[in-house]
Amino acid sequence: MAEKNNHNRLHVREPLSDTQMLMYISIGIFAAMYIAAMLTLKGGFLKPQMIFDLINDNAALIIISCALTIVMIGGGINISVGGVIGLTVMSCALFLNSNADGNSAVSILLTLLLALGIGLAFGVLQGFLVSHLEIQPFIVTLAGMFLARGLTTILSVNPVKVTHEGFLALVKAKLKISWLGYTAQNGNLIPAKIEIGAIVAVCVVILMYLILRYTRLGRSIYAVGGNRQSALMLGINVKSTVFWSYVISGLLSGLAGFVFLMHKPAGNASVAMRSEMDAIASSIIGGTLLTGGVGNVIGTFFGSMILATIQKIIALSPLNASWWQEMANGAMLSFFILLQSLVLMRKNRSRRKKKESAAPAKDRPKDG
Amino acid sequence: MKRKNKSTGALSQLLIPLVALGILIVFNLIRDISFFSIGMRVNNAGNIVLTGNLISIIDSASELAIISMGMTLVTAACGGQDISVGAVGAISGAVFVKIIQAMGGITPASVIAGFVVCCLATILFKLFNGTLVAVFRIQPMIATLILYSCGRSIAYWINGDATPQLNSPIINSIGMTIPGIPVPTPIFAVILVGLLLALLFRFTSLRIYTQAVGINEGAARLNGINPTRIKLISFILLGVCVSVAALIGVCRLGQLNHKTLLVDIEMDAILAVAIGGNNLGGGRFNLTGSILGAYIIQMLTTTLYAMNVAPVNVKAFKAIAIIIIVVAGSPVVKSRLANLFNRLRSGSAGGSPKKEGVN
Repeated sequence: MAEKNNHNRLHVREPLSDTQMLMYISIGIFAAMYIAAMLTLKGGFLKPQMIFDLINDNAALIIISCALTIVMIGGGINISVGGVIGLTVMSCALFLNSNADGNSAVSILLTLLLALGIGLAFGVLQGFLVSHLEIQPFIVTLAGMFLARGLTTILSVNPVKVTHEGFLALVKAKLKISWLGYTAQNGNLIPAKIEIGAIVAVCVVILMYLILRYTRLGRSIYAVGGNRQSALMLGINVKSTVFWSYVISGLLSGLAGFVFLMHKPAGNASVAMRSEMDAIASSIIGGTLLTGGVGNVIGTFFGSMILATIQKIIALSPLNASWWQEMANGAMLSFFILLQSLVLMRKNRSRRKKKESAAPAKDRPKDG
Repeated sequence: MKRKNKSTGALSQLLIPLVALGILIVFNLIRDISFFSIGMRVNNAGNIVLTGNLISIIDSASELAIISMGMTLVTAACGGQDISVGAVGAISGAVFVKIIQAMGGITPASVIAGFVVCCLATILFKLFNGTLVAVFRIQPMIATLILYSCGRSIAYWINGDATPQLNSPIINSIGMTIPGIPVPTPIFAVILVGLLLALLFRFTSLRIYTQAVGINEGAARLNGINPTRIKLISFILLGVCVSVAALIGVCRLGQLNHKTLLVDIEMDAILAVAIGGNNLGGGRFNLTGSILGAYIIQMLTTTLYAMNVAPVNVKAFKAIAIIIIVVAGSPVVKSRLANLFNRLRSGSAGGSPKKEGVN
């Protein structure tokens, strides 16, 4: 259906149609999973609060998934995002505690700047190494992850609890929507609660969607990820595009750290451990290809929501064990990965057919 | 230009790891010369064994070195890395212990049977990865993400939550030393695996086929090489490497813990491949480089421990060292240095090796 719509539109949009199909599939699966949970598990899934909770609890994951999607569209990878969250959370917690008696609004603002600064520093460093020195992104960001995790433990091995009162008030601050609430057993109306972090996460998704879709940088990232050589020939500054994609990714990781701290106000050496792999999984489920040039943050958002829903379903079902969750995640990933590969194979085949009908069969394309 | 590259290729590829190793050695010589002292000691079992930092570096890097060899092959053939080696290693160890328990005790027969079965099981899991990569054409990192995220759960499912203990002289002689031989056994395992691979490359065309597939799959196919088969073979060989490493890992500790067996080894193995000067995008490879890379990583860690850096903080220093090594080995820096070198040597600015495409 998406292809039909696009047929009449500009041809520029045509390459995006496959990723849109993958995205629609993941949205459909999310809806199906949610409805199935509503029918079988009932309980919390019947309340609108559940959807908000999914976003509240996974705001940081959603943000770093967007961070990864951008880099992956540009043909790179960034596995330092989880480490940067850990470092940001730890340093922000220590900073807040050392400024406990100052002006609380100022110190919170300074904390936010610190978080963004850490993210920016990692983004700039990694972006420079990847784009200008042409080192493999996996290794650069692996070193970034080691660095962030190591610095976190150098700051403090023990868990640090935030005692800053102004910040704790911010943690408790929630947007309440009463008409989406429900009536508790004792007759009180409990309004639906949305955390600030969740709002930030949704804003980030929308902002990144707009940037990727409508700005020069966004379109350049797609072009560079799709084919570096042709992007270069089109006059796109490949190096600076790649560089900026890492800078954005780093900034978002720093922001994710701040959001994480707003959800759980404590620093710990194992914060967001292995969350980079969840973020990669979210991006893939949402239809981003690691080869670059294809992807969409809206899909990534639903990818994270699928992972979050699996987690919630398993927590509420009798199979409550972490290894069931991992198995379910693995099964889900396999399904989406196979689906993607089938979609891509179909695309290749149709492209080859087009080429063959245009040119004699002599010069077949090399991939087959 | 191509010819010249070919003749000096292997050496220039090994230049960075060799220099890094040299710097580490010189640094340790200056810091504390007793770092290199090797002594003899009687261990708990009453055998005479070699001790010292060097021995412990070479010994404890064994698993990493073995897995790096397999990883190099997969990287060369598929242009991507397998990040599930640690998790599959845990499955492998779980199968090994399960078979030994099922055969009712630790005897030479049960250990051999356990190893054979765990080797087969590991190959099976690696073939799952390999099929996704070779047949369904999925990026290796994504394809192996599946087992990365659920492999340890499968290990748990095989063996339950228990951490079974294996106390026996047979296990000790695999994981530590054989009575009468002062050199730790894992070192022999590295030599054995390396020799077997060297023999394989010597007597078959696997090496050249793997490189051909990694450099240009389409061209390799048109020349009569079956890329699918080559990729699957690389995954099978990685499976064998992983099961040997898991065997050593289990025997070294004398127990199985599915949460900590070979944990995070995938990252170190990929690092070893990269430090060894191999292109992570596939193509030409050099096993020696990867093995050197593994020993460099272990030597770095041991040096940091010897400098009284707390184990939890080692990662940060390791990261800085890695960044320095990869920056020194990066194509841009290399070509700049080569330019400079050429200019100094010939006195002319011409003949600069042009950078070959973007990665």
